[in-house]
Amino acid sequence: MSEDLNGLAESIQYVTVMIGGQLFGLPIERVHDVFMPESITRVPLSNPQIAGVLNLRGRIVTAIDMRRRLHLPERTDGGQAMAVGIEHKGESYGLLIDNVGEVLTLATSGREPNPVNLDMRWSMVSGGVHRLNGQLMVILDVDRVLGGMAESLAA
Amino acid sequence: MDDLLREFLTETNESLDVVDVELVKFEQDPNNAKILDNIFRLVHTIKGTCGFLGLPRLEAIAHAAETLMGKFRDGVPVTPGAVNLVLASIDRIKGIVADLEASEQEPAGSDSDLIKELERMSEGGAAEAAAALALEKQASQPSKLAEMAAAAAEPPKQAEGTLVFQILERQLRPGEVSLDELERAFRETASEAVVIEPDPSKPEIIIKDAPPVVEKPTAAQAKAAVQERREAKEKEKEKAEEGEGKGSVASQSIRVSVDTLEHLMTMVSELVLTRNQLLEIVRRHEDSEFKVPLQRLSNVTAELQEGVMKTRMQPIGSAWQKLPRIVRDLSQELNKQIELEMVGAETELDRQVLELIKDPLTHMVRNSADHGLERPEIRRANGKPDKGTIRLSAFHEGGHIIIEIADDGKGLDIERIKTKVVENGLATESEIEKMPDAAIFKFIFAPGFSTASKITNVSGRGVGMDVVKTNIDAIGGTIDLKSTAGQGSTFTIKIPLTLAIVSTLIVESAGDRFAIPQLSVVELVRAQSNSEHRIERIRDTPVLRLRNKLLPLVHLSKLLDITHRDPSYEAKSEDDGFIVVMQVGQQTFGVVVDAVFHTEEIVVKPMSTMLRHITMFSGNTILGDGSVIMIIDPNGIATAIGSTTGGSLADDHRADEDERSREQAQTISMLLFRAGTMEPKAIPLSLVTRLEEFSVDKIESSNGRDLVQYRGSLMPLVYFDEHLQRKTEGSVPMLVFSDSGRSMGLVVDEIIDIVEDRLDIQVGSDRPGILGSAVIKTKATEVVDIGHFLPQAFEDWFQRKETSQEVTTRSLLFVDDAPFFRNMLGPVLKAAGYSVTLAESAKEAIRYFEEGRKFDVVVSDIEMPEMSGFEFAEALKRSPRLKHIPILALSASCTPASIERGRQAGFDDYIAKFDRAGLIAALKEVSNYEYGVAA
Repeated sequence: MSEDLNGLAESIQYVTVMIGGQLFGLPIERVHDVFMPESITRVPLSNPQIAGVLNLRGRIVTAIDMRRRLHLPERTDGGQAMAVGIEHKGESYGLLIDNVGEVLTLATSGREPNPVNLDMRWSMVSGGVHRLNGQLMVILDVDRVLGGMAESLAA
Repeated sequence: MDDLLREFLTETNESLDVVDVELVKFEQDPNNAKILDNIFRLVHTIKGTCGFLGLPRLEAIAHAAETLMGKFRDGVPVTPGAVNLVLASIDRIKGIVADLEASEQEPAGSDSDLIKELERMSEGGAAEAAAALALEKQASQPSKLAEMAAAAAEPPKQAEGTLVFQILERQLRPGEVSLDELERAFRETASEAVVIEPDPSKPEIIIKDAPPVVEKPTAAQAKAAVQERREAKEKEKEKAEEGEGKGSVASQSIRVSVDTLEHLMTMVSELVLTRNQLLEIVRRHEDSEFKVPLQRLSNVTAELQEGVMKTRMQPIGSAWQKLPRIVRDLSQELNKQIELEMVGAETELDRQVLELIKDPLTHMVRNSADHGLERPEIRRANGKPDKGTIRLSAFHEGGHIIIEIADDGKGLDIERIKTKVVENGLATESEIEKMPDAAIFKFIFAPGFSTASKITNVSGRGVGMDVVKTNIDAIGGTIDLKSTAGQGSTFTIKIPLTLAIVSTLIVESAGDRFAIPQLSVVELVRAQSNSEHRIERIRDTPVLRLRNKLLPLVHLSKLLDITHRDPSYEAKSEDDGFIVVMQVGQQTFGVVVDAVFHTEEIVVKPMSTMLRHITMFSGNTILGDGSVIMIIDPNGIATAIGSTTGGSLADDHRADEDERSREQAQTISMLLFRAGTMEPKAIPLSLVTRLEEFSVDKIESSNGRDLVQYRGSLMPLVYFDEHLQRKTEGSVPMLVFSDSGRSMGLVVDEIIDIVEDRLDIQVGSDRPGILGSAVIKTKATEVVDIGHFLPQAFEDWFQRKETSQEVTTRSLLFVDDAPFFRNMLGPVLKAAGYSVTLAESAKEAIRYFEEGRKFDVVVSDIEMPEMSGFEFAEALKRSPRLKHIPILALSASCTPASIERGRQAGFDDYIAKFDRAGLIAALKEVSNYEYGVAA
């Protein structure tokens, strides 16, 4: 990763999101927008982690249910889902999350590797962990979140 | 790139294509002056422009070719050789143009070979013709040729005459006359110029040599010549006028780059979407002042859309343009007479589609010429005309374009395809035997498949038909073929007219909306339980009586495996709803939906890569109300229906489907044969390596046993019934079994059939060699235990069995729900030295363990009802008492994924069913390992 090469003084901005009570951070340059997904059309026979497709300003966006992607229980509080719009290999995706938090600027030096005992399914999509005051932020590696889905499809 | 150059390239490429076609026509119809004029004009234009742009190489070739064609115009007989030469020149020009396009520079190189050849042909041809003319029509047809003839025919002047021609030829050579205007002037007066006008740049030679020639003709001849010239001039003028007329037509059309058109198309597509959205909004607000202007906008949009679509439409003939030339060249190269018939060249289709089918079509025509049509002598022997015909036709059919490529050749060689299929490992011999011809033909579309025995220049490189199929698949088309031995084959390609905008029917199923392309919708039927049209059931298959036909039905919700989002939603009766009658290929079926809305023009947007594997959808789009909708792929549905209705049961529930596939997995192919007695005997086909037939006199006897030479080694024969009278003449059929490089032949009386059925051994047998009896195809059949015969051929066939027997008799638990495998493998395992306990299910196996029985090793099937092999293995591994017992998986599906899954579940090894050797080896391995640990 480029930030590794640029030395320790570098810092990255993360958009923080909550998914199933866990704080996650997405590198800000990967986040195109944050929106409230409306009228998601489900796609029969698709991977259950795909919530469906939706129209975002004339573009068709594939919505990924991040709770299912991370093997977390379904949401029960009935709150309005939020989505983080990202681009991956020229296609638009919306990651469905519970809430969006603030943008944090964190020094790359504070990033720690995934704990070895982290659930495999999580460590596959996590780019490391930041210790924040009072909680931990897991870095979501967007490419691996989506790439992993495409791979499982190819298998 | 320079605009001028680009323009030139486009124009030249187009002209060259036309020249190709025209030349071939001309060769067949050499007296057609119109065609010749056309060719001449095109080549001339190329030459002229080249001179203008300063492209000496192109110009030189074009010029030489033009000269030769000029001779044709003057009445020189058209020979295939000459046409070949002109075609070769056109090819050379094409090559240079291609380089020019790539590098913007004329490539270095010399064309003197070609030019010399062309010149020689012009001279020789002219001289010949002239001589002929001089002899026959000397004075009656005075012409420029006559003048030349006069020169050429006079013996003393022969050399001089030739020289004159050379000078005359050179006079027009490029470089010397480079101005376009000058060229045009020449064109106007070409016939005179050749003879009388001195070359301004070579005055001294002309003065020396030309005058005698010019002065040669008598006064009368000269007069006639003048007359002739005048006529020619008038003709030229007419033609020029004609040309101008054409020019004015040309000036009414402009060239637009494809990118511009594509962009326009995209924008119109977006406009259509926006219009739809607006219409939707207005629909909600009753009397809106927007209504009228919006209606207008809507109409304009529709017209605009149509107009833009039209700009993209091109006659399919433009994709065929190159074919006559290709076929002509092929017919020479292959020494076959081929006629190419083209029907429906004016059929229009989207240029995007056109581009994509161009290459496949060319390839298929080549194939037909090379593989399909026979040589004339063979055709004659088969009572066909010498000339083979390739017929290319295109026509519209229900929103699709059908293109057929038919030849009257020998048809596909099914035997050779079979051999190739087996050689390439695409299917086993036994699989092939069961396939209908049509399915075997389909293999020619498999990658890397070519039956051409020798690789020709034309085809047979093994890339081709698969590329053809891929290309056609990519545009949502289908390809089919019919072939009759000795009568030829017909390929039928069905492709959509356009890829961009589709008219669809919006339907609802389980609360979700879907778009069905209207192209495949035949009609809509309302079905109600009490109406004329009601859904009936045969077993559990829903069907509809529609005009004396039985229409298979499928519920869209079941096909897509969806239930209503709202759990409280009360599903309508399954027998109520709308039936969308669809036709895909030859297949007609009804899709049951809950509601049908309106039709909507939609712009197909490609699906996300993550969804592209779902065959039920071809794309998605945004509807007028802004929501995204999935577009149903009729082909996907047809396939799904084909596979559900094809099974013995047709129920649509997932679970049932799984079960059915399991049931189908249990039906196995069996080889039925007769040996000894009259009752049919059966053996699983997968155990048989090959079926052979040997003539009796090939059977040799050595050391008291019968052998045949088979594939370079001796194969022992075993007779099914030792005591039976053996045939003394004719041939004997045998089943060949091979295992680790050794083969044996089991001689039988007659091979009856290969059938697909469930194997359920109902009555056991004490007779050696017979496992028991089963009902196969309603007949009681003896199931043969091949394990009995193998050691007869090689005593050490089950050598491993002895070694393991020596160790100790070990106990083995074999779990399989299929009685066949229990019956089949039980004896095998016993023979391998195990004391075998059989369990019908994982539950039963676990009960054995609970009862305190001990086993040294467990072999378990994977696909079992109630508790799968995976779950069984996991259960065993959880128990501290049982987890050390080695457990082997035995499964029909040995995919890497399932093997991995097996490892995770705790299986020590994963073996394919029927892999008897593999199973025994694996057993030996786990036993040894275990033994070693114990010791």
